[in-house]
Amino acid sequence: MKIGIPRALLYFKNEKFWTTFFDEIGADYIISPETNREILTRGENLSIDETCLPTKLLIGHVDWLIDKCDYVFVPRVAFWRGYSMCTKFLAQTDLVSNTFREKAVKLLYYNVYDKKVYRERKAVYKMAKFLHVGRAQRKYAYMMAKQAQKYYEMFREQNQMRILEESQKLKIMLVAHSYNLGDRYVGAPVVETIKSLGCEPIFAEYFDESECIGASKAVTTTMPWAYNRHLLGAIELYKDKVDGIVLLTTFPCGTDSMVNEYIVRHYGDKPIITLTVDSQDGTAGMETRLESFADIIKMKRERQ
Amino acid sequence: MNKSEIVATFPHIANYAYAFKYLFEKGFEVSYMIPPPITKKTIELGSRHSPDYVCAPFKYCMGCYIEALELGANCLMQIYGACRLNYYGELNARILRDMGYKFEFFDMAEVNWRSPKSVFEHFKIINPEMSIVKIAAAAPVTIAIVQALDKFEDYIRRNVGFEVNDGEFDATYKEYLNKLENVANGKEFAVLTKTYRKKLADIETNKPAKISKVGMVGDYYTVQEPFSNYFMEKELAKFGMEVHREMNFTTSVIHKTGKKKCKIAEKYAKFNIGATANSTIAEAIKFAKMGCDGIIQVKSFGCTPEIDAMPILDNVSKDFNIPVLHFSFDSQTSETGVRTRLEAFYDMVEARKNK
Repeated sequence: MKIGIPRALLYFKNEKFWTTFFDEIGADYIISPETNREILTRGENLSIDETCLPTKLLIGHVDWLIDKCDYVFVPRVAFWRGYSMCTKFLAQTDLVSNTFREKAVKLLYYNVYDKKVYRERKAVYKMAKFLHVGRAQRKYAYMMAKQAQKYYEMFREQNQMRILEESQKLKIMLVAHSYNLGDRYVGAPVVETIKSLGCEPIFAEYFDESECIGASKAVTTTMPWAYNRHLLGAIELYKDKVDGIVLLTTFPCGTDSMVNEYIVRHYGDKPIITLTVDSQDGTAGMETRLESFADIIKMKRERQ
Repeated sequence: MNKSEIVATFPHIANYAYAFKYLFEKGFEVSYMIPPPITKKTIELGSRHSPDYVCAPFKYCMGCYIEALELGANCLMQIYGACRLNYYGELNARILRDMGYKFEFFDMAEVNWRSPKSVFEHFKIINPEMSIVKIAAAAPVTIAIVQALDKFEDYIRRNVGFEVNDGEFDATYKEYLNKLENVANGKEFAVLTKTYRKKLADIETNKPAKISKVGMVGDYYTVQEPFSNYFMEKELAKFGMEVHREMNFTTSVIHKTGKKKCKIAEKYAKFNIGATANSTIAEAIKFAKMGCDGIIQVKSFGCTPEIDAMPILDNVSKDFNIPVLHFSFDSQTSETGVRTRLEAFYDMVEARKNK
């Protein structure tokens, strides 16, 4: 039995966790390739026009996987670290099963449906039981997977901290969800542009999650989304160590549409620009905007 | 703030302002301002001060708040929900404060509804000297007003297309609302409602034996607030159609049919997909089984749960062989475009019926 993992949405957040888990239980899996034009076009054709870009990409990746595996792994996660998620993550399982109804897609269910701390573990065990994995093995695999993800994130953060302290370059904080940042089509061109301008990209996503969510409580009381709280907390904690902030968002992201407005209003004294990525080709517009943004920060720095 | 100085207000949604007015004037003992009716100016004002691609209800709320603040309201309220609505209040207040307005803000998303202490503390924002006894006395009447409004509107929706004298239903209902604004207690309300129920029932209608029915589904705000869907129910009624709608305060807040609807929708949506999406699917299934000739989904642009419901509605459409029309409204949708699409929809429904 072969499991297909689409390289979209939650994959970027739990990459090490899932791959380690499937390795440990000895399951055969396949991950869809990096986003390319073909996958995006397929995703666009199969989904509703108004859907946000990451979801279109998810549909495209599932479409690539569908003939190549027995089960497609599209998890449903409603809560993360005690906070709720964008409704996209609640709906993605049903969305995929309805979009590919004619093809009779088989889904591997994984459902985190409430705030309880043990819900993720239970969801993983349930999935493992469905895959006929023994009790001891699934427990061991879960722990190994958690460890792997934890060390990966720790390493990533320490690395970034070192850069933040040592680098003499202009530091630009890139505020983007993991699924935008990691995507070949959405985040990668922006990161490359920042690097080519001689600046150092600092990723808000790489800072420690629980610390950032804790810090976000000082800024907002009612913001419901865990991922946005993570990014907001990262800005709150490290805004003085960076020279400028780039808010990278996709069209039309529901949560970002409101949170970015709040960020721009709350941190009005910092240089901030908002980049909105659509499913169009060409990065010239984005490059020009980033270039002028970097120039303005440089001028500001020299004047001081 | 002194209790006599407080003027509370809440953005428009359908005609529920009359129920809120009773609750706040008789229960919380503060004056309540019904914000001026929504016009083109309201939505223009709202979208000018809102983020670009936030959903349209946010823009309507902003517009209503600004207009009410200009007229002297000083205590604003916002509800909470299962989607972006949870964050409305904080951002609304932030933008209005940045604009330089001074006001109290009662954000229901901040309240922990499981803790009576938290509820009490937050209610004090509206009136620091409030009496729980009076609120408890006013609550049942408020619920009765909401139910009466929903029942009347349901009746009107189904019959207004077939009235003999044009505009009779609307005139009678408006008269009722005007009198409802100054109702003093529960007894007076009951008498008023009884007379007008009779008046509405007595209005002459001419219903042919064979009529086409259409069901309205959609996101919580757009389906309920007639201005935000360009008075679609009235337009449909003008064609001589019977309009059905399930979503209102009675079913969603008072009877809480959400879970039941999740169950009906289970065949299509295995899980809860957020906000009103499951209700939308369940209602569509219900209308299809009831023998409706078409379903119209209205939603604001970018409403995430409703967008996720769209492919599922298309599957429902295939299975039950019923046409589904999707409408997406933003602050600048052309009225003519909407009417043209509705006309085409009506022609198609009629053609299918006669086939």
